[in-house]
Amino acid sequence: MSGVFEFLKGCVRQVVSGGKAYKAWVAFLLATILVGALAYAEQARGGLIVTNMRDEVSWAFYIGNFTFLVGVAAAAVLLVIPAYVYQWKPIKEVVVLGELLAISALVMCLLFILVDMGRPERFLHIMPFVGTPNFPRSLLTWDALVLNSYLLVNVVLVSYLMFKTYRGQSYDKRIFLPLVLLSIPVSLSTHTVTAFLYNGMAARPYWNASILAPRFIASAFCSGPAVMIILFQVLRKAFKFPIQNEAIWKIAELMSYAMFVNLFLLGAELFKEYYSATEHLLYTQYLWTGIGEHRTLVPYAWFALFCSVVAFVLFLIPWTRRNFATLNLGCLLIWAGVYIEKGMGLIIPGMTPDTLGQIYEYKPTLVEWGVAAGVFGVGFLVFTLLVKIAVPILVGTFRAEGAAASAEAPDARVAAH
Amino acid sequence: MTSRKALNVIQDGGADPLGAEPMNPSRRAFLRTAAAGAAVSALAGCGVDVGEFLRSHFKELSRDELAKVLAKVERRNKERFGKDTKVTAEGPRPGVEFGYGLDISRCVGCRRCVYACVKENNQSREQPQIHWIRVLEMEKDHGVDLAHSELYYDADTVPRPGKFYFPVQCQQCRNPPCVKACPTQATWKEQDGIVVIDYDWCIGCRCCMSACPYGARHMNWAEPKLPAAELNPVQHYLGNRPRPKGVVEKCTFCIQRTRNGRYPACVEVCPVGARKFGNLLDPESEIRRVMETKRVFVFKEELATHPQFYYFYAT
Repeated sequence: MSGVFEFLKGCVRQVVSGGKAYKAWVAFLLATILVGALAYAEQARGGLIVTNMRDEVSWAFYIGNFTFLVGVAAAAVLLVIPAYVYQWKPIKEVVVLGELLAISALVMCLLFILVDMGRPERFLHIMPFVGTPNFPRSLLTWDALVLNSYLLVNVVLVSYLMFKTYRGQSYDKRIFLPLVLLSIPVSLSTHTVTAFLYNGMAARPYWNASILAPRFIASAFCSGPAVMIILFQVLRKAFKFPIQNEAIWKIAELMSYAMFVNLFLLGAELFKEYYSATEHLLYTQYLWTGIGEHRTLVPYAWFALFCSVVAFVLFLIPWTRRNFATLNLGCLLIWAGVYIEKGMGLIIPGMTPDTLGQIYEYKPTLVEWGVAAGVFGVGFLVFTLLVKIAVPILVGTFRAEGAAASAEAPDARVAAH
Repeated sequence: MTSRKALNVIQDGGADPLGAEPMNPSRRAFLRTAAAGAAVSALAGCGVDVGEFLRSHFKELSRDELAKVLAKVERRNKERFGKDTKVTAEGPRPGVEFGYGLDISRCVGCRRCVYACVKENNQSREQPQIHWIRVLEMEKDHGVDLAHSELYYDADTVPRPGKFYFPVQCQQCRNPPCVKACPTQATWKEQDGIVVIDYDWCIGCRCCMSACPYGARHMNWAEPKLPAAELNPVQHYLGNRPRPKGVVEKCTFCIQRTRNGRYPACVEVCPVGARKFGNLLDPESEIRRVMETKRVFVFKEELATHPQFYYFYAT
């Protein structure tokens, strides 16, 4: 492994050099991380009481963000499927960027779990061999297992691919393809297991519906690719990155199908709840119409539905799908819609009313917003830095000495396609 | 009823007070020491108790290790409250399985049980205020219906016309969803049916709170606020010892009392005799008498948690 040190040095050089916009962006992210660190220090000092979580609503904003980000992590890699099926030439680039997004999203997921814990310093108790994980009974141990496996697969795959390309060598398909193919079921399992974490709780009728895992997957197919579409455009401008319009439009088309499935499953759920109108209807009612004067979530629920429906229409009609203004608007709407639906819209009604029928209206405190901003800051920073290293390697401007010329060829062919 | 034994839980040849099973020094402890080496020095710098960090699971502790752990809790109590306390880890007794009966037709909703429990079990008094027993005021028109129940009624004016009262606490399920959900085995069901928590093993993830259908589990959202003067010095390691910040706690049928043949505090204080307690395996016990002569039901039976806590209407 000669040249690893050179490679690392080169990576640092890539990260610290950059234009004004890049530096301003990194400075902004560092500022949000500082805010997060200060907020977390406050929480570590006083305990979770500085949040608005209480016994009635014992999981809230942090866990909501965690759930949403598991979807982002899962779906980024799911893009590999269409890339593979439709035989897009820049499949390597799609894979790498998807995995980088997955890595960053997973970092955020793990951080959100960590900041939600009452005793984070006891993390060893859940680890195999050194702790006493309640495996296989507890779904959280499953979730820790699949999230960390997924993180590991992605890190190995990306490191291998990047280092090989940096050295100007072509990657070994016997290593690359099995790992990519492995990452697909693992990515699906992360989201399924996370859905099962809620799904398995008979005490919470709002979550205890078998439609939950399919809905998770459907909405994840929307939120993850939405980020990728925006990213592809940024990279195209900044680095002459070889991604064609057709590939982006194809992703958008697939997203509209995913959104249709998502909306259909939502409709199926709403029908069952409202038509049968059992005592379990209360939770759905809390989200969509409120219970008496308790209506905190109602505007958000309808806003999310509005976003999802508009985005669905925008991505369905070929003209708006191919117009980059409406396409990007659709991505933003999807992001907002799924963020509400898979975050607070999933967690809070699961716990309101609580198991004894009492209603506590939850709203995050400033500390919770601060900690969440910090976690997002870390995630976006990780993503920015990884992309800053990976893209020059992919387009051939960051290479080991003496490897540059030979490595240009395959990428150039891809771009010309 | 007077001729019956009130509470037949103590049998001859009582169990080993330090736990039932002999423990082997575990390989796990070695692994933990080896793997955690680096992390320890880091955490020690952050003021984390290293001994606690390297400790084994409660069920794996040897007799000596357990004695040390108990001594440490007493020492910590002394530092925190300036008072001498007696902390034991009295194990379950053979031939005992606790059962609880609550007579809904008697309960008047005075909440004396709630406050007796708080006092006995060293709960946090405020910020957060933790109550292991929660009494719901329900409407006679609706029966047991949570959607028409009120937790925050005024207990000075009870019983109110048209209302009845429905106290809820840990139901000590035979099929406890909380134990299933806990990722670290920090909570488990003991031989005598009591579901316990090791507050030094809990990571505060609150999966158990989401899983519990009875709202019986409570989080120490902040350092519990417990005046030293009100500290109950008779403590059980898995029960009423003062809790640290960031862990979950719940009713243990007053493990520190009932394993010594006493009634839970809530049973003792109830002014109308609505609360019955005893050994389900003893045909002569009060709880068995209730089950034979009255018709009992369990709360949320559709969830198949199979509680050891029964409700009944005596009149």
